Amino acid sequence: MCGIAGLIHRGKSSNVGSELQGMLQALKHRGEDSTGYALYGDTDGKNFIMRFKVGENVGEGSSSIMEDVSVYDERKKIVDQTLAEMGAKVVKEERTLPYSLRYELDYNVKDLLEFSQRIESIPGVEILSMGKSLEVIKDLGNAKMVCDRYSLDKVVGTHAIGHARMATESGVDIKSAHPFWGYPFSDVSVVHNGQLTNYWNNRRVLENKGMRFMSECDSELIAVYIAEKMRDGATLEEGMKASLTGLDGVFTYFVATKDSLGMAKDTMAAKPLVLYESDDLVAMGSEEIAIRSVLPQEIDTYDPFDGEVKVWQI
Amino acid sequence: MANLKTVSKKSKAQSMGMHTEILTGRTQQKFFNPDEAENFYYFGTYDVDFNKRTDLDVKDMTAPEANKEIDNLMSQGYGTIVIKNPQGKHSLGVGILNKLNLIFEGSLGYFGMGSCDGPIVRINGRVGWSCAENLMAGKVVIEKNAGSCFGAAIRGGDLICKGSVGARTGIDMKGGTIIIGGDAGAFTGFMMQRGRIIILGDVGINLGDSMYDGTIFVGGEIGSYGSDAVDAELTKSDQDWLKRKLKVAEIGENFDVSKMKKIVAGKKLWNYDNLEPTEKKGAI
Repeated sequence: MCGIAGLIHRGKSSNVGSELQGMLQALKHRGEDSTGYALYGDTDGKNFIMRFKVGENVGEGSSSIMEDVSVYDERKKIVDQTLAEMGAKVVKEERTLPYSLRYELDYNVKDLLEFSQRIESIPGVEILSMGKSLEVIKDLGNAKMVCDRYSLDKVVGTHAIGHARMATESGVDIKSAHPFWGYPFSDVSVVHNGQLTNYWNNRRVLENKGMRFMSECDSELIAVYIAEKMRDGATLEEGMKASLTGLDGVFTYFVATKDSLGMAKDTMAAKPLVLYESDDLVAMGSEEIAIRSVLPQEIDTYDPFDGEVKVWQI
Repeated sequence: MANLKTVSKKSKAQSMGMHTEILTGRTQQKFFNPDEAENFYYFGTYDVDFNKRTDLDVKDMTAPEANKEIDNLMSQGYGTIVIKNPQGKHSLGVGILNKLNLIFEGSLGYFGMGSCDGPIVRINGRVGWSCAENLMAGKVVIEKNAGSCFGAAIRGGDLICKGSVGARTGIDMKGGTIIIGGDAGAFTGFMMQRGRIIILGDVGINLGDSMYDGTIFVGGEIGSYGSDAVDAELTKSDQDWLKRKLKVAEIGENFDVSKMKKIVAGKKLWNYDNLEPTEKKGAI
């Protein structure tokens, strides 16, 4: 089933980590195999923030294979070495969990594609996000568990999107969890509720064009599809509108960039979305109770119609 | 209305508006019998007094707890219940088979007022997906917008949304009336079998797709027609009915109904009289 939620504050920052946690926790009955956050925090914009993993969560419910922590350490060493070879200086390093790391990089990246390909050529290593504002944090469990594990409740920023997942077509693991980074674009992330039926056809076409897939989760296609459109010069909104016909199946999805948040709904309106919009805040989710967690007072909400695409700026 | 004591069984039902067409083929025809009216009451319903009023704050209740408390209040004779702080909770007010005046001061989530028979409900907020699904009788008025599958499979009663609604409004409906003050999404009236839908605003693509019967009236633009949905002549009788219905519904009272479009089933999809493949083989 899955649940998605997102919000964007216009003209100000807020405690988006805590707000999104509340929204996703309200949707936990839609799935709690894994939960993911894409948070656009307040930064000085100088350094890149790279969230990456060197292994999987092999806790209860995981479909991943158990690995020794020493394997993670070895992978981390190779990542550090590769970064040094590329001239990237690690300004700050955080290792929240043995398999999950956050680096702040002082690096003048000319081509994120080449950079990402080098890092991800290390077996078992996946970049979850790369950007100057975006941080993708995803792990097994419900919203509160993931929020507590990564101390996300204090993150301040302008906007965020998130996903509560009920795994149906791929494994219960971090690599299949949402949000997906819009590889190789800085600060682009996607969450999706639904099912795409032309995943393999599109994947073959996009892989032939040099795009990368890290999982077999159909939702990853949306991030790659839009990234490819943007690579060819389309705006975010143009890419999203193209997806209404380019993607087959049922979907409601959100895309976020450094300064915007967008939603798209398939032409059959088969997946739910409730939207609240005011001058200073847009909040949306699969169910109204998600919005109620940040706006408990009586408000006007509505369902976007079939084939609708909307984009908001901060 | 015709004198039910003197007319034939078949025309009795038709006089009461129970049928708009004569069903043929192997479909069984069942007609309403006024002599069996007592069978339309449920066991365990309560004798309530509409003047006996109370508030119920459901902020800290789950949906089952809230619904049980509504039942408990009805058992005490309360005929008017005001629900405070529904806060978008799912499945509130379901399964009420009783006369009741129910008011929600706020919005409902999914499946609100599902499987009800008889209550008069006003929701001063929005409703999520599948509001009033399987409504048998009564009236549900939503002051703001509604989600998809609004009035799915209703058998009777009046369902009124003063704002706009999502996709598949009136899907599989088998009777009753749905009135929309704003716009409606795609697949409105999808597979409807009887009843009427009135939309004062615009409607999305595939209107009345695969409808078997029933009537859809649209005041605004139509995105596209679905399979077997066709235009029909808007008669004087239709206009009178629309005016009366909109007035009673307290919505669009001054709306110019003469310009509305009327959509019905082309009935090209009907194949009840066709033999099944095995039967055809047997007949050869």
